[in-house]
Amino acid sequence: MFSPITPAHYLFVGIVLFVTGMICLLTKRNIIAILIGVELILNAANINFIAFSSPVLFPKRVPPLVLDGQIFVLFVMILAAAEAAVALAIALHFYSRFGTVDVDQGDELKG
Amino acid sequence: MAQWLSDWLTLSPQWEWVAYLTVALLQAVILLALVMTAVALATWAERKVAGRIQDRLGPTRVGGRFGWLQPLADGLKLFTKEDLIPANADAVLFRLAPYLSFAPVFGVFMALPFSDGWVAHHFNTAAFFILAVLGLEVFGIILGGYASGSKWSLLGGMREAAQVVSYEVPLAFSAMLPILLAGTMDLVAIGEAQRGWFWNWFVFHDPFTFVAFWIYVICAVAGTNRAPFDLAEAESELVAGFHTEYSGFRWSVFYMGEYAAMAAVCGLGVVLFLGGWNGPIPVAEWLFGPASSTSPIVNFLSQLLGAVNFIIKCIIGVVFMISLRWTLPRPRIDQVMSMCWKYCFPLAALAFLGATLWVLMLPDGLLGQGHPKASTCEQSVMVTVERIETP
Amino acid sequence: MTGPDGMAILFWLFAIVTCGGALVVVLSRHIVRAAVGLILSLFGVAMLFLLAGAEFVGAMQLMIYVGGTVVLLAFGVMLTARRPLLPLSTTRDQWLAAVLLACPLTVILVQAALSYAPTDSVSAQVDAHSGVSTPVGMLPVTPARLGMALLGFSQDNHRPDGGEVSHGDSGYLLPFELISVHLLVVLIGAAYLARREVPSGMTPRDNQGQLQ
Repeated sequence: MFSPITPAHYLFVGIVLFVTGMICLLTKRNIIAILIGVELILNAANINFIAFSSPVLFPKRVPPLVLDGQIFVLFVMILAAAEAAVALAIALHFYSRFGTVDVDQGDELKG
Repeated sequence: MAQWLSDWLTLSPQWEWVAYLTVALLQAVILLALVMTAVALATWAERKVAGRIQDRLGPTRVGGRFGWLQPLADGLKLFTKEDLIPANADAVLFRLAPYLSFAPVFGVFMALPFSDGWVAHHFNTAAFFILAVLGLEVFGIILGGYASGSKWSLLGGMREAAQVVSYEVPLAFSAMLPILLAGTMDLVAIGEAQRGWFWNWFVFHDPFTFVAFWIYVICAVAGTNRAPFDLAEAESELVAGFHTEYSGFRWSVFYMGEYAAMAAVCGLGVVLFLGGWNGPIPVAEWLFGPASSTSPIVNFLSQLLGAVNFIIKCIIGVVFMISLRWTLPRPRIDQVMSMCWKYCFPLAALAFLGATLWVLMLPDGLLGQGHPKASTCEQSVMVTVERIETP
Repeated sequence: MTGPDGMAILFWLFAIVTCGGALVVVLSRHIVRAAVGLILSLFGVAMLFLLAGAEFVGAMQLMIYVGGTVVLLAFGVMLTARRPLLPLSTTRDQWLAAVLLACPLTVILVQAALSYAPTDSVSAQVDAHSGVSTPVGMLPVTPARLGMALLGFSQDNHRPDGGEVSHGDSGYLLPFELISVHLLVVLIGAAYLARREVPSGMTPRDNQGQLQ
C-alpha cells in the first residue's frame, strides 16, 4: 500500500518548513513572529541533516556509523536556543523603548 | 502482533497497514485505560488521605464502605456540568489547552517500563525522553491561562511558565546521577543495574545519590504543579489560577493531566532511584532463577511480580505526594523561585560532581563488593578508546 | 518500528502534523496561535527524528525546542502584549513580496529534492577508499557514541579495517568547547540586555525601592 520512506520524503517535509518559515519572516512584523519563522527555517535544515545521517533510511551504508549529521543538529539546537534567548531580551528592550513589538516602528536610524 | 493479526485476517500484503493501524490503536486504548485507572485511583486516594489528615473519613457513601466508586460519581458530576467559554477568551485555544496539557503525560507511559520486559516501546534514551515529554505539559497550562482572557488566569500561566522551566534544570541534574551510574539512558538497563538487595538501589549507592533523590522529589512535586508548589492556581491569591475560567469536562482534563503526571514522575523516580521492578529482597531471583533460562510461564510470573513491585512503589510515591499537599503550607512565588535557584540547583550540581568523583575514586563501592552495571555502553566506549589508541 | 508499513503510516502522520503546524504559523492572525502551530510543527519534527533512528536528537528536540524555546517565546508574547490576543497586521504588499520570493524558491528546492536519487551512493565512494567491499548494516547512534564524539573520540570516521586515523578525524571537542563558551556569553548577554532600565544617577536598589 505505502511506498517505503526514503530520504526524499524527509526532504519534502524540510522544503515545506523552509518555505513557510520564509513566508513567515517576510509577512509578519511582530518580532516574536519573526523569531518563530527563523525557528521553522532552522528546523528545515535539521530535518535534512537527520535524513542524510539516518541509520534507518540508509540501512546498508558502508561507514557503518555516521554521527556528523546528528551532532550538527545538536549544535543547531543549542545555537537556536541561545539565539531565542538573546532575541527575546532584545524584544523586551525594544518593547520598553518603543512601547510596541512591531519592527517597522523601530526606525530611528533611518536617514 | 500486527503480523499475527494480518495472518489471522488473511489480509493481502497491500492491506497490511490496516492491521498495523488496528494494533496501534488497540495498544493506545489499553495504555489510556491504564492511565485513566491510575487517575481514578489517585483521585480517590487524594480524598481519602485528605480526609484522614483532617480527621475526617473521606468518601464513604458511593460504592460500599470505602467509597470506591467516588471517582465515577465525580466524573459523572463533571460531565453533566455546564461547559462555559468566557466571551473574552480565544475559543480555539481555550478548547485546545486541556488536551495539550494531558497528551504529553500520556506519552510518558509509552516509554516507562513496568517490568524488565513490559514496556510499550523500548527507547534507547527513555530517561531523557520522559524528562523531555514531561516538560511539554507546561505549555497546555500556559496556553489555558493565556486563552482564558482573564487576568487571574494569565498570572497563573506566567507563574507556571517560570516555575516549571526553572525546576526542570535541577530535576534533570538529579535524574542524571542514576544515568551516570548505570552508564546508559535506557530505563530497562537502569532498572536491571539495581537488581538484588535493596542496598543496590541507586538511592543508597552513595551519599550524593541520596541527596539527589530528595532533590528529585522536591523538583518532581514542583514540576507537576502540585501543592505546596501549586502557585499557578494558588486559590488564596489568584481565585483558581490558570483554570479559573474552566468548568466541567475541560477542567477535569486538566486534573487528569495533573494526576497522570504524578503517577509518571513517581514511575520515573522509582526506576531511577528505587530499584524499579526489583523488590527490596531478591525474592524473584530465589523463586525463578536467572531470567534467561526459564519457560514462558515462569518468565511471565516473574514479570508480573516485577510489575506488582513497581506499582506498589508508585502507589507509595503518589500517597506521599498527596500527604505533602495536605500537610505543608504554600510558599510565596519568590520563595519558590529562590528555593529552586539558590538551593536545589547548586545542591544538585554538587551532588552530580560528588557522584562523579565517588565513581572515580571508589569504583567498587565502599565495601569493595562491586556494583552490577549495565555493560553495553561501557563496552562501546572501551572499544572506541581502543580503536583510537591502537596505531 | 513495526515494519515498513508501520513506519510509512507514522511518517505520513507526523509529516502532516509538521506541515500543518507550519501552515498554522503562516496563516494565523494571532501570535499565540502561531506559537501553538510552531509547537505542533516542532513536535512533528521530533517524532520524525525518532522515526529516522535519531532517538537522542529527537528527545533533545522535545526538551530544548518544544519545552524550552517555545515556552520562552510564549513568555515573551505575554510580556510584550499590550492587550490579550492582539491581531498581527499584515499588508498586501508584504504578502505579494513573500509569494513572489517563495514560489521560485519552492520550485528550486523541489527540483533539487526530486533530482536526489535515494541510493547508498556514499558507500561506493568510501568502498574505493578503504577497500572494503562487503556492506555492513549501519550501527544505531547511541547517546554514548554521540557523547564520545563530542569529547573527541569519534567512532564514525574509523575505517572498518582499523586503518590509520588522520588529523581532523578526532571528533568535535573544539566545537563543543566553543559552543559552551558561546552559551555562557549568551547567558550573560541576555541577562544584561533584559535587565530593568535604570535611570542615570540612581542605583538599582533605589529604583526598586521606588517601584515598591
